[in-house]
Parts: sequence; structure tokens; C-alpha cells
Amino acid sequence: MTFGEIVHLVINEQNLFIFFSTVAILSALGVVLNLSNTVYAALSLVVSMLALAGLFVMLNAEFVGVLQVMIYAGAIVVLFLFVVMLLNLRGGEMAADRQPFLKLVGAGIVIAATVKLTSLLGAARSNPSGIQKDWMPVGPEFGSVRDIGLVLYTDYLLLFQVSGILLLAGIVAAVILAKQKVD
Amino acid sequence: MAEPVKKARTEGKGGLHTDIQKLNMGPSHPATHGTVKFTVELDGETIQAMDVAVGYLHRGFEKECESGTYYQAIPYTDRLNYNSAILANLGYCMAVEKLLEIEIPDRGEWARVLAGELSRVGDHLTRLGAACLELAAMTPFLYGIEARELIWDLQEMLCGARVTSNYVRIGGLQRNIPDGFEDRCEESLKRVDELLVDFDKIVTANRIFVDRFRGTGVLSREDCVAYSVTGPLLRAAGIPYDLRKAEPYSKYDEIDFDIPVGTTGDNYDRFLVVQEELMQSIRIIRQCLPVLRKTKGQPVDIQDPHIRWPGKNRVYGRMEELIQQFKGVTEGIKVPAGEAYVAVESANGELGFYIVSDGSGKPYKVRCRPPSFVNTQPLSRMLVGGLLADIIPTFDMVNMIGGECDR
Amino acid sequence: MEFDLSKIPITLFIFSLIVGLFSPIMTWVERKQSALMQDRIGANRAEILGIRAIGLLHPVADVIKMITKEDTFPLGGSKFLHNIAPMIAAIPALISFAVIPYGGHYQAWGADWTLVVADLDYGVLYLLAIGSIAAYGSIIAGWAANNNWGLLGSIRVSAQMISYEVCMGISVVGLFMVFGTLKMTDMGIAQQETFRVLGFVEHLGWAQAGTAWVDFVKLPMWGIFLQPLGFFMFMTALIAENKRPPFDVPEGESELVAGYFIEYSGMKFGLFFMAEWIEVVVIAGLMTAMFLGGWSVPYIPDATLVEFFRGGVGVNMANVFAMIIHVLIFFTKVISMIFFLQLIRWSLPRFRYDQVMDLGWKILLPLSIANVAVTGLIMLLVKEVTG
Repeated sequence: MTFGEIVHLVINEQNLFIFFSTVAILSALGVVLNLSNTVYAALSLVVSMLALAGLFVMLNAEFVGVLQVMIYAGAIVVLFLFVVMLLNLRGGEMAADRQPFLKLVGAGIVIAATVKLTSLLGAARSNPSGIQKDWMPVGPEFGSVRDIGLVLYTDYLLLFQVSGILLLAGIVAAVILAKQKVD
Repeated sequence: MAEPVKKARTEGKGGLHTDIQKLNMGPSHPATHGTVKFTVELDGETIQAMDVAVGYLHRGFEKECESGTYYQAIPYTDRLNYNSAILANLGYCMAVEKLLEIEIPDRGEWARVLAGELSRVGDHLTRLGAACLELAAMTPFLYGIEARELIWDLQEMLCGARVTSNYVRIGGLQRNIPDGFEDRCEESLKRVDELLVDFDKIVTANRIFVDRFRGTGVLSREDCVAYSVTGPLLRAAGIPYDLRKAEPYSKYDEIDFDIPVGTTGDNYDRFLVVQEELMQSIRIIRQCLPVLRKTKGQPVDIQDPHIRWPGKNRVYGRMEELIQQFKGVTEGIKVPAGEAYVAVESANGELGFYIVSDGSGKPYKVRCRPPSFVNTQPLSRMLVGGLLADIIPTFDMVNMIGGECDR
Repeated sequence: MEFDLSKIPITLFIFSLIVGLFSPIMTWVERKQSALMQDRIGANRAEILGIRAIGLLHPVADVIKMITKEDTFPLGGSKFLHNIAPMIAAIPALISFAVIPYGGHYQAWGADWTLVVADLDYGVLYLLAIGSIAAYGSIIAGWAANNNWGLLGSIRVSAQMISYEVCMGISVVGLFMVFGTLKMTDMGIAQQETFRVLGFVEHLGWAQAGTAWVDFVKLPMWGIFLQPLGFFMFMTALIAENKRPPFDVPEGESELVAGYFIEYSGMKFGLFFMAEWIEVVVIAGLMTAMFLGGWSVPYIPDATLVEFFRGGVGVNMANVFAMIIHVLIFFTKVISMIFFLQLIRWSLPRFRYDQVMDLGWKILLPLSIANVAVTGLIMLLVKEVTG
């Protein structure tokens, strides 16, 4: 047995999948259960994002994986952390236990999402080709920057522009809110 | 001590809840060279309130002076502003001389002007260099320090010491100007000029540098007067008040030099004023050199054995001189009873000495008016509303020297 | 995607070793170059058996000092985060050199050689992603220390890193458009060609097609010539991400004492510095690969070089020679770039926090967006004219 084969025994596709999904689930649980310290919760979210990015890369969707790291882990959660540090939240007024209504809504969403996902997965298992019906069929090699770019700027141009305008509106709203505070 | 004190505060609009962060900068902090403590209240990075606590370097200079003879107080004055020790020597000795009602020979006065201006150049170089260093520009700092080294070499040639020079004496100087000093001085000044050109190129027009200095730490003309601020701070606000022109002492009325003034009173103006003053000091030194060449061989000391006792070479061989030396050292100079206030323009501003004599060999009271102390007072006024980072250039331009401020 | 997984651990090991060596060498470079700029001699005191080796032993002394120093921990801080923060800071720096090609493709000794660790299809994006992860190390470090200065430092870090990531990404979009790829090796190949600077003269009818003096003025298709504005903006953003002067606001030693790593000592402190210096090399490598023609010799494409040697030494050795020349060229460019970065570091004073933000959002961001638009316009025009 060569060195390469030994390595392959440990690092193969299946083991990597198990590793990434375990990390993703555990860290996602960490986000929810870390009520006492919001900074730890935010950092768990980062780990979860990174594990998800690993899963995307394994599915040949490297571009999505990289964007996952760059935008979610690298920018959005940094902003979360920024805010958490500035406000020095330790439980406090934002915690869910002060707002039972939000708790209920959250639980409802989680249950609904779980049910829907489970049913989808079940359908996919019994009929592997059926699940792709709702979405655009793509080949197994789909996922490079060029492919996604082409699809995004031709088939989904309208959606792309709409989401751009949505983001712009968000930015404008944020600026107005911040301005109000400064003035 | 370093416990963060959090005060809750609610904003009116939008009901956003914010905290004010209370920070203790110092007494041991890189920005507070010279041991001083700022208690800063920060809203984000904006300074809401600031409290300056001085006194960490209090050594009892004024009281200490009373316990020795007039002569023995001179080394203490070195330790006031260690950057420009000769100027402090000069102020103290001139105050005693005023009580004694004596005048020293011409060559002595010219040598004093020269030594004082060398000292001022050293101080200004340190101030400008340190300001760059604290803004993380180490290269210009070292250009400034190289120039200061040259100046200190000259001081060493004059009096044997580089920092705490202990050069000026009551009724004269520690020793006469050594041979070849004038030539060496001219050579050094040439190199200093080159270094200053380099310094100017790398710093003064640098956009980042200008942005950090311009518009920060502003103290208006009225405030300057109200706080009795003196020195480059006052001149940067547009008031051309310099004791060397306003009440010329020594030979300053015979020397041709200009008083640079600023307009806005911000840090950038202060920087430019200090830089220009540096040039003017070099100009003054260049005017002193020909006079010193001409008066070569003349004494710098007053010829009065009760005040300036004879040198060791005569003391060891002759009875009368030995007695004069002994009396002078043990009993001190007998200064007539009375009081006198003399101020000199030190590198930081008006450095005044108020001396009360009861006729004995020891001063009854010595009071020092330190420019650093007075100039540090409006610090919080300059900085409230500014950013945390503005403390650095402002404090550098105020140039508080702990030894002088706390005495 | 087919990785040859079995090769990865050993490649990574050798590679991290080499990259890890960058930082001690950089400490020497930093000391000596600053000394050169400031009329000093520089570090030359460390010696082993009387050998001083122009100060090259100082990095060794540094490492011994760092490792043997006491590791302190602040009271009331978070121990776990305090320990992992330096690692999070150092790892992105170590792995980001992986996608930077230091040579082209060669056939020698019966095998294909591509001188890059991971030839990723989305190479530049990988670097941007890794760069954005690097912020966490500093942010966590400041927060975990339970120190006011550390907290201020980490707030500054997070704001600065987010701001400059945006400019960094957008300022190279123009380059992606020109080269039509995100793959770093493809960029290197694209930069081997030349273009006629005065070509527009012919199209405007001021000169005949094929005029000698128009053809004569040629520049290699380097990123710096095609995207001069992009070059400077990208470099500025990279220095800001690197947190070195003039952008060292988060550590600003005069106001924040040491900023986010204030409570670190020993090798944990050393890791932050290691990361910083490796990042300098990465920046220089990245600028070289993207804007300075990578490994290529100006005006001489790879194939021509191999052809030149083939007559004398055969195909195999010709490839080897070309490989050696290319690697040397690449590292010469990298070293020049490092020299340039150090010149900036040692001449400029530090920005103020709000000025850093202003530069990022009010100057670099609009400029980089304008750069994208103008690049697109010019590309359309060129396409229109040349067909």
C-alpha cells in the first residue's frame, strides 16, 4: 500500500462529506444554543458557513462555495460581530426569552422548514430525476464562474436586476436611518 | 484603575441606547511621554470629555532650590526641560544676576545667545521628530534626530555634556568657547540644513500628514490669551508675542530675526511655526559666529571673585584665590535681599523664574513659571469634540515636558 | 472537480515550510531596508561563533525569544478565543500563496509541471475569500483580551477590513474583464502577449496601417499597463487589508498602545507578526502575478524561450532552463515589489481612523466602479474598431 493510498483511505469524498456535514450541524446547533454569549454564537455561525462552503465545493459548485465564504463568512458575520461588540450584548433586551411571540414564530418556521425538506428529500430518494423538475436542469459539471455568469446575465437577468434594486433600496434605507440618528 | 466605567445614556431620537466608554490613557501610555494621565470619555471614537492629570513627575524642584546655595540650583534647572537645558540655566542665572545687579561681558552674552539657540534648535528638532514618530513615520523622526545629534555634539564641545548641560553660570559661563568651535558649528549647520530639507520634503507636504494636523486641536486667539498660553502655540494662533522681541534680553535687540506667526491656531500651523522658528534660530546662530570670532580671547565671565570665583589652576597655587573659592563654595554667593522675576523665551514659551532673596547665600524662595504647565491646561478644550487619534498630534505640539510641568 | 488528494498533504507540508520561512526573512528585510532609508546600520549584533552574516541571524534570535517567552493571559478574558485567534490570523496568510503561480507549464522528465500549488478556476476569488476570513483573527484577538484598547482595536479592524474588501474586489473587476478569466495561470499566460500602444493612431487615420513607428512602440500586456488605476487601487486596498503603515490604525501604537494584540506575548504575538509579514510576500506575489506579468520575461513568450534553448540542449533541458529562468524572474519581480511596499511603509505617516474610512468609501469605491465602467467602454470601442 502506497502512502497515497493510505491518505486516500482517510481523505476521501465520503469522509469529507461526513466531516463537513457534522461540523455544519454541530456549529449550527452552537448558534442556537449559545444564548449566554452572542460572540460565541456569531463565531459558530462562521464555522457553519465554512462547512457549508466545503459541501458546495464538493458538489462542484466552487463559485457558490467561494461566495459563501467571501460574503457570508467574510462580510456579513463580521458585521454581526462588529455590532455585537459595539453593543456589548450579553443576553439583555434582544434575547428571545423576553419576546415569547418571536419564539413561537421561530419554532413554527423551523418545524415547517424541516417538514418541507424531509418531504423533498424523501421524494428525491424515491424518484431522483423528479426533484429537478422545478428548477433548471444542469449538468453535473455546472458550477464554474463562467457557467453561472452566463445563466445569471441571460436567463435570470430580470431577477438579477430586481435583487440588485432590492439591495439598493436596503442601502438607501440604512443610510436614511443612520442619518436620522446623526442629525 | 483600568476598570472601564460604563455610563448608560439614551439618545433622544430613535431611542438608540449607547454607552460612553471611559478610558484611562496613562500615566504609562505611549502617547503620554512625560507621565501624564488623560481620562477620556469616548462616544465611539469621539472625545466627549477629557480630564488631564499632571503631577506624576513632581520632584520638588522649587523647595529643593531653597536647601542649597544659588550655585547649586543650576543643575536642577537642567532637569526642567531636558531638551533645552541651557535655556532653563539661562533663565535662572539671569534672575540671580538681576538681583545682583551685574552685567556680564559682551562675549559672554553672545555665547549665551548662541548656546541658548543651539538648545532651542535641539528642542524643536525633538518636537518635530517626535510628532512624526508618533504618527508612525519613523524615517523623518530619524532625520530630525540625526540633526539633533549634530547639535548635541556642538553642545558637548561647549560644555562637555550633551543633554543636561549645566552650562550657564551666575555671572558668566562654565567655560569659554573652545577653539575651532565656530568652524565646526558652521559645518554642522550645513548638514543640519540638508537634513531639514529632507525632513521638509518627506513630511510637510505629505497629504496624510497634513490631514492629521490640519484643523485638529484648534485653540483660538482669544482662548490662547485667556489661558495665558505662550510660545509656538500662541504664535500659531496669530499673536506675534515672543519675549526675545517683546522684552529683548541679552543681545537679542542687536540680532536680526523674524517671529513666524500662524493664522488658525491648529496643529498644522503650530508645526509650521516651530519649523520656521527652527530656521530663525539657525539664522541667529549664524549671526553669533562672526562676533565670537571677532572677540576671541576675551573673557566670558564677570571679573568679580565673589560671584565668579577663580579657576582651579589658580586656586591650587595661591592663598587668596583658595579662600575665595572656599567661601564661594561653602557659603555661596551673597545676593542682596529683594525679589526679581526674569523670563526667557524657552522652546515652549515663557519660562520665568521668580526669586526672593533674604541676603543670605541661599535663595529664600524660587518659583518657576513653566510654559508646559500653562500650555497643558487648555488641552481638553482643544480636544473635546475631536477624535481619539487627535490627542497624538495635539499633545506632541503642546510638547508637555513632564520635568518642567510638574517640577 | 478532480483533486489528486493523495498529493495534497505532502505538497502542503513542503509549501507551508517554504511560506513559513518568508516571515523570518521579512523581518531581516524590514530591519535592513529601514536602516538603509534612515542612514543607520541596522541589526548586526546577533552572532554564532563570531559569525554575524550581515544580521541574518537576528531572525533566529527572534524565533528563540518568541518561543521561550512567557505566555500571559489577561484576567477575565476568554481563554479559548484568546488561544485560537493567532492561529486564525496566521492560517489564511499561510494558505493564500497556494493559488499564486510562480511559473508556467513545462514538460520535462516525462511529466507535466505546472508551477502552482492549486490551479483553481476561481483563483482570485479564492484569495478574496481567504482575505475576508483573515479579519476574524484580529477581531477575536481584540475582543477576547477583555481590554479597552483591544476592543477599540478590533472595532477598527472589522470596520477597516470590511470597507477595503469591497474596494479590493471591485478594483480588480476591470482586470477580470480585460483578461476574461479568474484563473491566475491564465492571467499569467495572457500577460505574455504584447499590444501596440499607438494602435489607435491608425484607426483614427493619422497614419497608414503597418507604419513602422506605430508598430515599434509595443508594451507587454501586463495588468499595470492595461489597468494602471486598478493597479494602484488594488495595491492600496491590499495594504489596508494587511494593516501595515500607513493603514495600521487598528494597532496604532501611539493611541491604542498595540490595539487588538495588546494582551499577547510570546509566540502567540509572534504569529500575528508572522501573518503580517507573510501577507506582505503574498501581496507582492499577487501584484506580480496579476499586474506585473507574472513569471514571464517581457516581450518573450514562454514558447519562444523554450525554442531558443532547444537547439542547444534538447527539449527536456530547454524546458528545465525556461523553468529556472521563469522562477527567477518571478521572484525578482516579487522582491522588487516587496522593496516598493517597504518604501511605502517606511515613508508615510499613519492615517486617522475616519480618514481611512473616507479613503475607502468616498474615493476608492467610486473610482473603482468608474474604472469598471470605463474599462467596459474601452473594451467595447476596441472591439468595434478591430472587429
